[in-house]
Amino acid sequence: MATLIKGRQVVAGNPPSPEGTVVRLEPTDDPAAFADRLAGALRVEVHFPKFGDGRGFSLGRLLRERYGYKGELRAVGHLTRDHLLYLERCGYDAFELRPGEDADEALAGFDVFSARYQR
Amino acid sequence: MYTYDEIDQRLVDERVAQFRDQTHRFLEGKLSEDEFRALRLRNGLYIQRYAPMLRIAIPYGLLSSRQLRKLADIARRYDRGYGHFSTRQNMQLNWPKLHQVPDILAELATVQLHAIQTSGNCVRNVTTDHFAGVATDEIVDSFVWCELIRQWSTFNAEFSYLPRKFKIAVNGALNDRAATYVHDIGLHAVKRDGEVGFKVIVGGGLGRTPLLGQVVREFLPWPHLLTYLDAILRVYNRFGRRDNIHKARIKILLKEWGFERFRDAVESEWVHLKHGPATVTAADIARIEARFTRPSYAKLSPRPVPYSAPGFDGWKNRNVHPHKVPGYCAVTLSLKRTGVPTGDVTSEQMEAIARLADLYSFGELRVSHEQNLILADVREDELPELWREAKALRLATPNVGLLTNIISCPGGDFCALANAKSIPVAQAIQERFDDLDYLHDIGEIDINISGCMNACGHHHVGHIGILGVDKHGEEWYQIEIGGNQGQTRPGTKAALGKVLGPSFARAEVPDVVEKLIDCYLERRDSDTERFVDVVHRLGVEPFKEKVYGNPHQRSAGRSREPALA
Repeated sequence: MATLIKGRQVVAGNPPSPEGTVVRLEPTDDPAAFADRLAGALRVEVHFPKFGDGRGFSLGRLLRERYGYKGELRAVGHLTRDHLLYLERCGYDAFELRPGEDADEALAGFDVFSARYQR
Repeated sequence: MYTYDEIDQRLVDERVAQFRDQTHRFLEGKLSEDEFRALRLRNGLYIQRYAPMLRIAIPYGLLSSRQLRKLADIARRYDRGYGHFSTRQNMQLNWPKLHQVPDILAELATVQLHAIQTSGNCVRNVTTDHFAGVATDEIVDSFVWCELIRQWSTFNAEFSYLPRKFKIAVNGALNDRAATYVHDIGLHAVKRDGEVGFKVIVGGGLGRTPLLGQVVREFLPWPHLLTYLDAILRVYNRFGRRDNIHKARIKILLKEWGFERFRDAVESEWVHLKHGPATVTAADIARIEARFTRPSYAKLSPRPVPYSAPGFDGWKNRNVHPHKVPGYCAVTLSLKRTGVPTGDVTSEQMEAIARLADLYSFGELRVSHEQNLILADVREDELPELWREAKALRLATPNVGLLTNIISCPGGDFCALANAKSIPVAQAIQERFDDLDYLHDIGEIDINISGCMNACGHHHVGHIGILGVDKHGEEWYQIEIGGNQGQTRPGTKAALGKVLGPSFARAEVPDVVEKLIDCYLERRDSDTERFVDVVHRLGVEPFKEKVYGNPHQRSAGRSREPALA
């Protein structure tokens, strides 16, 4: 089962959400097309289909900064601890890592860098 | 020299710890081959033909003697006692051991060096003019802007997993010595009504689809530099192709979308980012500027150097360059001695060069994209001494700008990607043209050699470009002429070379170069008209005829000629 982290905490289990409450974006999606559904969403998920596919980093920033989404923003897909800090910096606050990634060990990924250059 | 503050140092140290953990996890089987590949490349580590290859960043080509000594030390203890300076102002070690790489990175960090983002699909080491800060045609000191961009691009959360590698070059002078038209982004400093800004050139590149960049902004005021880069990179990150590695560079997006659509996409993205938190302030620039140590120049009045010796004048003409401060000059230490692989330097030479830098140039040096080293702040009256010392170290080959100053990738002797060897070709040409007087008569010419179409030797912008191609498992060489890396002096713009015709066996290459040179010498108007100027004036045809014979002879001989590679 995929590892789920919310905030910086490991979450045991990953219960299914009611139909229609989750907005899910693929990397090719235009967030503008989802703008009117953001306010009512239980959460927004962005799919990262491959380890090196970075499109979701831009989508995260757009959802937060341009479309003002304030709720749970979950990165889902081929992700490991190596992505966590960058995802968080792009606005994500929930993370479903790829199967096999140890959740407790993965938390160290948030502390890899203690400073950043970008504003 | 930029000196780290506490945060710069901490980030580099933390990167070492991160990579140590990643290597450990890979060796334990917790990271797959593919996952580790993406991560190790971001630390400059390739798995090569015979061993791993580690590419160490020399940020914008600027290096201190202390750092060079450390590189010498590392090359001796972890490698085979030498390193290779690449065309992107980096140093490559060809024989490190995978499990020792974290230790090498830790040692580099002690002298403010690293291998961060020297490979992988991210923003690479930013490059610039090797005469930055000392050039007589300076508009701005590009090092300060390079450092700003280094910080912006380092561990940039949004742009760390791009479709493909991304190279940025900054030119701060009137003439373009940074090849800004053949980078993903080229920035060219411009002054307008006293205000500094940048001409923004996007979509240039070499490799298998060579293209010149296009100007998306004639004048971008400096406070907007980073927000504009954010806009370009965001458009590229979202829409650049990820389905085919050979079509993933930003130049292909520009080509497929067309210039207008691309520029409009960048501009409409920028509307949202402009004046945002990433806007550069005067305080940002002052903070970075304050961390650069500057040479404390003596007040000198320039006088002709009262010295003459056989060889000295020729060296001074070729390898000594003007400086904005009176009484000073910049000196090229040539790494292009015949018989030595282009850009290679031994640990002993590195230490000797570090000593020269301490004695003659405030302990600093630069790596040029022509794969030479530059002492940028030498007193003119110390030139004779420096020349004698450089000569003794065999670093005074007086060939800067001349035919034997060949730019070359490591090629098939080292690189897993290469179709053909580069180094023996360079040597054969250097041996053929061993008469210095003749070289001076031929005048300025760039010869660039790449062992494959990835074009690390920048053959598309060589006045003569040589490309290794594979034909039925054999090594052949395709020749281009008329390329030009950029407007290095008024009048000649950046240009891509045109293929001369069918390719040649390795042994034929020096003959072909000789025929091209003969053709040029027969047709030049004067000795100030360079090889590339004649190619641009007359086109490829006369050169083609000289090399292959006239069209009639060519068709008669066709059956014996190899097919077009």
